[in-house]
Amino acid sequence: MIKIAKRYRLFFILAGLNLALLVINPSLGQKSFSITWSNVLEMLSVLPPIFVMLGLLDVWVEREAMIKLMGEKSGIMGPGLAFLLGSAAAGPLYAAFPIAGILLKKGSKLSNVLIFIGAWSTTKIPQLLFEASAMGVDFMMARFVINLPVIALIAYATEKMLSDSDKAQIYKSAEDLQ
Amino acid sequence: MITKIFYAMAMVLLAVSFAKDRKKTRMALKKAWKSFENILPQFLAIIIIIGIMLAVLSPDTISRLLGRESGLLGMIMASIIGSITLIPGFVAFPLASALLKNGAGFMQVAVFISTLMMVGIVTIPVEMKYFGKKATIARNALGFVFSFVIAAFIGVMVG
Repeated sequence: MIKIAKRYRLFFILAGLNLALLVINPSLGQKSFSITWSNVLEMLSVLPPIFVMLGLLDVWVEREAMIKLMGEKSGIMGPGLAFLLGSAAAGPLYAAFPIAGILLKKGSKLSNVLIFIGAWSTTKIPQLLFEASAMGVDFMMARFVINLPVIALIAYATEKMLSDSDKAQIYKSAEDLQ
Repeated sequence: MITKIFYAMAMVLLAVSFAKDRKKTRMALKKAWKSFENILPQFLAIIIIIGIMLAVLSPDTISRLLGRESGLLGMIMASIIGSITLIPGFVAFPLASALLKNGAGFMQVAVFISTLMMVGIVTIPVEMKYFGKKATIARNALGFVFSFVIAAFIGVMVG
């Protein structure tokens, strides 16, 4: 019980803050509550299949298979697959991190996982379609074309900045988190 | 739409897994629940922060903030707002297109969209849980800097 209270401490503090806002500035408080509520509903609708597939992946996909697909020696296949996986995504960016965790746990190369995160954040296909209709095809295409190298660049630069022990730490915590 | 596809995929995979090995399937579901519950406190905290933030920084407020300033100052303002807020695409793009119609420049709008997607101040605690401090800060900092490069490119190509 105490353990749960401790883990959810920040959530309770923020919920209290939102309640206080409701008293101090009712219209603002109501607005933030209704946004929070619709986001909770979104989260609860998007996450279940993602986590079920994560669990299945964890149980069924052998580490060796994942290393072959997205590991150090996966060649062009690793980044390509990471990019497709991220682009086929649905849901907000924070849903991508648990997936990244399991990709790391199964032995994917860090830069490939970072490409996956980059693609999830910027080149999600459903979002691109929406972008084209709101901003025009030119805007969407220009952003897409420049984002391809930038996503890769950010991924490789981030990996380069880390020492071997930093990386070992990341893989270790991926192991512990699941 | 995509979510429905995900549900269908998850159900088919679950059925296949169950037919092949019940014990493994039960373990998979247990793991699914455990990794979800593991991150749930952070998710809930983030969602409340987003709620409060979007109530304060409503689309109206954002367009007032970004519509006035143009040039470099406007870009910096746009990048800061884009970095701290977390707005879903189906709200962000109509907002961006309204900004353009209200006279904001392509570069400002592009830097806003790019930082919105690549830089996530609010989600940093979750990101750090999986990637550690150094990689998280590096990724977000690089995303911030490159948002300006992306904006410049879009400005040249489209603006």
